Amino acid sequence: MSAVVESHDHHHGPAKGISRWLFTTNHKDIGTLYLWFSFAMFLIGGAMAMVIRAELFQPGMQIVEPEFYNQMLTLHGLIMVFGAVMPAFVGLANWLVPMMVGAPDMALPRMNNLSFWILPFAFGVMLSSLFMEGGAPNFGWTFYAPLSTTYAPPSVTFFIFSVHILGASSIMGAINVIVTIMNMRAPGMTLMKMPLFVWSWLITAYLLIAVMPVLAGAVTMMLMDIHFGTSFFNAAGGGDPVLFQHIFWFFGHPEVYIMILPAFGIASHIISTFSRKKLFGYTSMVWAMVSIAILSFVVWAHHMFTVGMPLAAELFFMWATMLIAVPTGVKVFNWVATMFRGSITYETPMLFAICFVVLFTIGGFSGLMLAITPADFQYHDTYFVVAHFHYVLVPGSVFSIMAAVYYWLPKWCGNMYDERLGRLHFWLSFIGVNVTFFPQHFIGLAGMPRRIPDYALQFADWNMISTAGAFLFGASQILFLFIVVKTVMGGKKATPEVWEGAQGLEWTVDSPPPYHTFSTPPLVK
Amino acid sequence: MNQGAKNTLKYLALAVIGMFFFSFALVPLYNVFCEITGLNGKIELSPTKFVQEEPIQGRALKVQFVSHNNEQMPWSFSPSAEVINITTGKYYKATYFVKNNTDKVMVGQAIPSVAPSNAAAHLKKLECFCFEQQRLLPGEEAYLPVKLLFDNELPESINNVVLSYTIFDVTDTYEDEIVQNTHSMNTKS
Repeated sequence: MSAVVESHDHHHGPAKGISRWLFTTNHKDIGTLYLWFSFAMFLIGGAMAMVIRAELFQPGMQIVEPEFYNQMLTLHGLIMVFGAVMPAFVGLANWLVPMMVGAPDMALPRMNNLSFWILPFAFGVMLSSLFMEGGAPNFGWTFYAPLSTTYAPPSVTFFIFSVHILGASSIMGAINVIVTIMNMRAPGMTLMKMPLFVWSWLITAYLLIAVMPVLAGAVTMMLMDIHFGTSFFNAAGGGDPVLFQHIFWFFGHPEVYIMILPAFGIASHIISTFSRKKLFGYTSMVWAMVSIAILSFVVWAHHMFTVGMPLAAELFFMWATMLIAVPTGVKVFNWVATMFRGSITYETPMLFAICFVVLFTIGGFSGLMLAITPADFQYHDTYFVVAHFHYVLVPGSVFSIMAAVYYWLPKWCGNMYDERLGRLHFWLSFIGVNVTFFPQHFIGLAGMPRRIPDYALQFADWNMISTAGAFLFGASQILFLFIVVKTVMGGKKATPEVWEGAQGLEWTVDSPPPYHTFSTPPLVK
Repeated sequence: MNQGAKNTLKYLALAVIGMFFFSFALVPLYNVFCEITGLNGKIELSPTKFVQEEPIQGRALKVQFVSHNNEQMPWSFSPSAEVINITTGKYYKATYFVKNNTDKVMVGQAIPSVAPSNAAAHLKKLECFCFEQQRLLPGEEAYLPVKLLFDNELPESINNVVLSYTIFDVTDTYEDEIVQNTHSMNTKS
């Protein structure tokens, strides 16, 4: 009898062993899985970046063959975008969204499990192409046709399959987030009372729903062109290669906002907490994100100014792109206004968040330069573009993820991280990232093309400095791994509140939170 | 899961499916857009009806002819004259030389393109070899005609137009037909 009673005990903890992770439907477990997966991908993609920078240390071909360089370049981009940044944000959403809105779990827990567990297969397929005849995809992460169709290595089919799987994973993740936010908020939590991270993810999820199917469509068309004799992108059959670029960037531009909007949410939380002030301009923050999301659908062709568009289209896409600076400027203003006259302390998350605001803004400004159509004809496909998008993605998205990890890790595992090591990690990363990418502005403006394994002699000095910075940045991420593992293993116990004056439902539960939180919804006033 | 969540799930699933099909709908939309605006240098692959040559004297225009072979297309393909000087509003005839260098019956298809693209709308072709496939026997050669006119509304800024033809191997598409024809030829002899 007692055994029966025990099995009906609904306060059960996690299952034991590997099956806990394989079959889990718990949002905290799945969040952890996503975050570790993205960390692994971050290190793999980072190792590829090291190959690229090592080759560019000196002019001339030094270490790898140009063919392999192209594969590294392509996989680095694909893995960082789809394997590191996006899953990290989905992991954060899994951990935080239910706790922030006072829900017991995600709305669709089994789909949640599925959407995570297909990811390792997607990237397994993609990485396995490295060992195939003809090598891995070598056409850049933008996989322009006909380079990715007619002239692609045979492994392109595996690449297409992998993109289908990871696309399905993202779509399921996004559906889960929206259904959770729309239907499972605690009583009293109206939309305009939601924490900004939740808002940022709600908008991101809608973007994902809108554009991931378009990416799936684009790779499906490639698949049909390669294997089924259609001619979507093949001029021989009346198709058009430029059509590929339009479809790709119709997906691609919202995609870059998918990678930055959750970062906006994270920065808002952290800056408010460590300034010990309420966030300045909550409502305008929400509307700024909504405007950015809507505008992201009408600017795609600014990636293809040099493709031969009519003047009217170039002007339209130039102005539409510049318009995005307005809501983005509102956000930067609000963050600065939140810090203004706050009693700021500089713990590691705050250091990363302030650095995010400053360096993301620099990346935004170089984006404005690129948006100027006539100037873009000079900048197009140079290292200036590389510097631009790495400034918004590395000290932008990646630093925000690191800030989030330092900020919420004590909540997740119940232990405080080592503050001294955390700050050391920040300063090493900060110096590394700037030494790596700032010189790339100069060599880009001087005319060094991107995606080429060799370069003219006049670019040698800055490239050498850039490579030194890249290895510093890469090595300091090993320190990050060490800090995270050390914190998970033990350390000073964290209080439920963790940070003085931190606002939000996630700080009302213990650190670490019980396996099931908010089984009875909290009341939000 | 409550009813609200089910409804949300339903409309999100519909949105996903809708966007997938929208990505395919972009293909015809893109072509329609290019056709309406005359962008991209796309020309209709059918003859325009005969335009009365305009009595007023047009202006001088240089037309350059360019030829490309797509991928492994083994034919010789080149314009008979690389440049002609014409006047707008009048018909001119030009030819391309083509030769099948293989020992097989092959079918080719030429695809035209005009640069600058805003000249495309002012190009009228009475006849063009690009309107149909070219079927050549082994070693056969031919001069393919194109009869064209640029109308007087051609923008002032354009003094030089490039007409480019790329020839594609479309034999595979017509394989069955060729096999039959070859068969009937053999029986005749």
